[in-house]
Amino acid sequence: MSAYSITEPSSRAKWTAGILVTLYAVITMVPLLWIVATGFKTPSDAISYPPKVFFEPTVEGYVNVFTTRTRLSPEALAALPPPANFAEEIVRQYDMVIAGPSRFGERFLNSVIIGFGSTFLSIFLGTLAAYAFSRFKIPLKDDLLFFILSTRMMPPIAVAIPIFLMYRQLGLSDTHLGMILLYTAVNISLAVWLLKGFIDEIPREYEEAALIDGYTRFQAFYKVVLPQAATGIASTAIFCLIFAWNEYAFAVLLTSGTAQTAPPFIPTIIGVGGQDWPAVAAGATLFLVPVMVFTILLRKHLLRGITFGAVRK
Amino acid sequence: MAEIIIKNLRKEFGSFTAVQSSSFRIEDGEFFMLLGPSGCGKTTTLRMIAGLELPTSGQIWIDGEEVGQKPASQRDIAFVFQMFALYPHMNVRKNIAYPLVSQGLSRARVREKVEEVARLLRIEHILDRPVGGLSGGDRQRVALGRAIVRSPKAFMMDEPLGALDAEFREIMAEELRALHDRMGATTVYVTHDQLEAMQMGDKIVVMNHGVVEQFGTPQDIYDKPATMFVAEFIGSPAMNFLRFRGSVEAGATSVRMHHHVFEVPELREPFDGDIAFGVRPEHVRFSDNGAFRCRVDATEYLGTTQIVTLNSDHGQLKARISSDQPVRVDETVGLEFDPKTITLFDTGTGRALRSDLNEGVLSHG
Ligand SMILES: Nc1ncnc2c1ncn2[C@@H]1O[C@H](COP(=O)(O)OP(=O)(O)O)[C@@H](O)[C@H]1O
Ligand SMILES: [Mg+2]
Repeated sequence: MSAYSITEPSSRAKWTAGILVTLYAVITMVPLLWIVATGFKTPSDAISYPPKVFFEPTVEGYVNVFTTRTRLSPEALAALPPPANFAEEIVRQYDMVIAGPSRFGERFLNSVIIGFGSTFLSIFLGTLAAYAFSRFKIPLKDDLLFFILSTRMMPPIAVAIPIFLMYRQLGLSDTHLGMILLYTAVNISLAVWLLKGFIDEIPREYEEAALIDGYTRFQAFYKVVLPQAATGIASTAIFCLIFAWNEYAFAVLLTSGTAQTAPPFIPTIIGVGGQDWPAVAAGATLFLVPVMVFTILLRKHLLRGITFGAVRK
Repeated sequence: MAEIIIKNLRKEFGSFTAVQSSSFRIEDGEFFMLLGPSGCGKTTTLRMIAGLELPTSGQIWIDGEEVGQKPASQRDIAFVFQMFALYPHMNVRKNIAYPLVSQGLSRARVREKVEEVARLLRIEHILDRPVGGLSGGDRQRVALGRAIVRSPKAFMMDEPLGALDAEFREIMAEELRALHDRMGATTVYVTHDQLEAMQMGDKIVVMNHGVVEQFGTPQDIYDKPATMFVAEFIGSPAMNFLRFRGSVEAGATSVRMHHHVFEVPELREPFDGDIAFGVRPEHVRFSDNGAFRCRVDATEYLGTTQIVTLNSDHGQLKARISSDQPVRVDETVGLEFDPKTITLFDTGTGRALRSDLNEGVLSHG
């Protein structure tokens, strides 16, 4: 039994809404599908005009994105034993052999470490700060909250030069720790504000009941507040991860070797030996997967999180 | 089980004083009512006793120990919140067991205790349900269960029936009182409903604007109000006030209101100034030869009794008389007041003048 009722929309309205949503979905999905499809094309199919919608799929792009290859003379090629696996076979068609793994795996791993690391740190610090702002008497609370928000009032890249200089001084350039700290710094204001909203919605009485039942403040926070803030934490985590995962400008500026993330690396794939669009597309497709998986895992929370307090209770 | 003594308890929120120097005493095993209009500081007082709010000054003694600055977890008190505060991510059983888990009891012992409490409250059949879908009454019972299960020294209840609909409140009020009588644990109960307070309480504290107006048994508070606020807040319809300027001597047994003289309980203090003559509607009698004449403005039929609204030279008043008695609107009637029940008030301060009637009671406040 619900306390309020909403009149059922007419079937025509439902149809119209359905068509509009589908149309919107298709429009936004096309570039994505295009990338995924290009990843399975040969380089010539990828740039053929008119574009090919139907084509013979190949994993050439994926092989290229994970390997470096060397061209051999026909004599040298003929002297080689038959290809050992499917990757070798594909490469041989272009008179090449696999010379070794590419940097893509490393860069991808960097992205995972930096993206999830900074997300975890943002959420950890953000939850504690949001709880304190929500529950305790803090001098200059409003000013502090405004200050935290104000760090997002200009695009982060506006402070690129001071950060670049600072990081060089501190030895944080091109390190995982440096990138994690940087993305955390950018995300923390979003995390504090979003999470404070969620925690404000949790009635204090829950914690007070726990305090009276003999639990400490931290136990009450951990056992009563956290489970109820799960929705908010999950959706905030997704927002943080998406930013850190996709960040390009700082990654270009501050990383080049050990800590380079995937976004600045993927465009460089194209450079070696002509325009290898399928390899770029394959890299981009793989790059989409972790955020997609993370979002799907948390999607139940996300839906409820985005509607904020509107439909709870 | 505990006796609770409150001494000069005060709470300020910034520049606002929510509770000003309250003092009262709650005997062991008493069902004690904190009564007053919304915003008068009842919840704040209760939260201070429980340790959820620290007093600005004053003392709280529980069982002979001063606990004013101790955290809630060390006071061994249970609190039933206005909105129940059941943990939504736990089912009924876990909610009730939660206070026991912090005490480190064995699983078997927790289970046993939870089931014992569930039997007492007749909620065994919902133990494994989530709390989300429960009715108001069942939520109330689960909240009570969570409070009872730990056998605390005392229970604090903040308008625990406020969220229930009228018909159900009656039932729960009876259940609550019966439960208290069976367990005999000290209970402090906050309400703004004077009927609830009168029906259920052994003792009542009446508060207004953070001040304790009166503290005593329901009978004393009804019959011998210490202030005009209490006289008006308790009873429906409220006590009548006939206002006049006059003076009385200590030892006087009557008071002169212009050309009328009314008998009153023997006064214990002299007074000169603006006086309110307080009489409850049920102590107003119609009498053909009564010298105090009034015009009937309206009548309201209530079954066995009727409420008659009358207009006098000293203001409007209401009488509760038997429905058998014929009364016509606009007729003029004579009134008499039961002299033993009269309270005189100093209109300036609202304080009752001391008399034979209320002397023993006023010394408390
Ligand atoms: N934490 C607080 N901060 C500031 N003012 C408060 C706080 N808690 C209560 N008050 C104020 O104190 C007064 C008494 O509140 P409360 O004890 O809740 O009243 P009651 O329970 O009698 O309705 C109210 O005016 C309320 O606004
Ligand atoms: Mg209250």
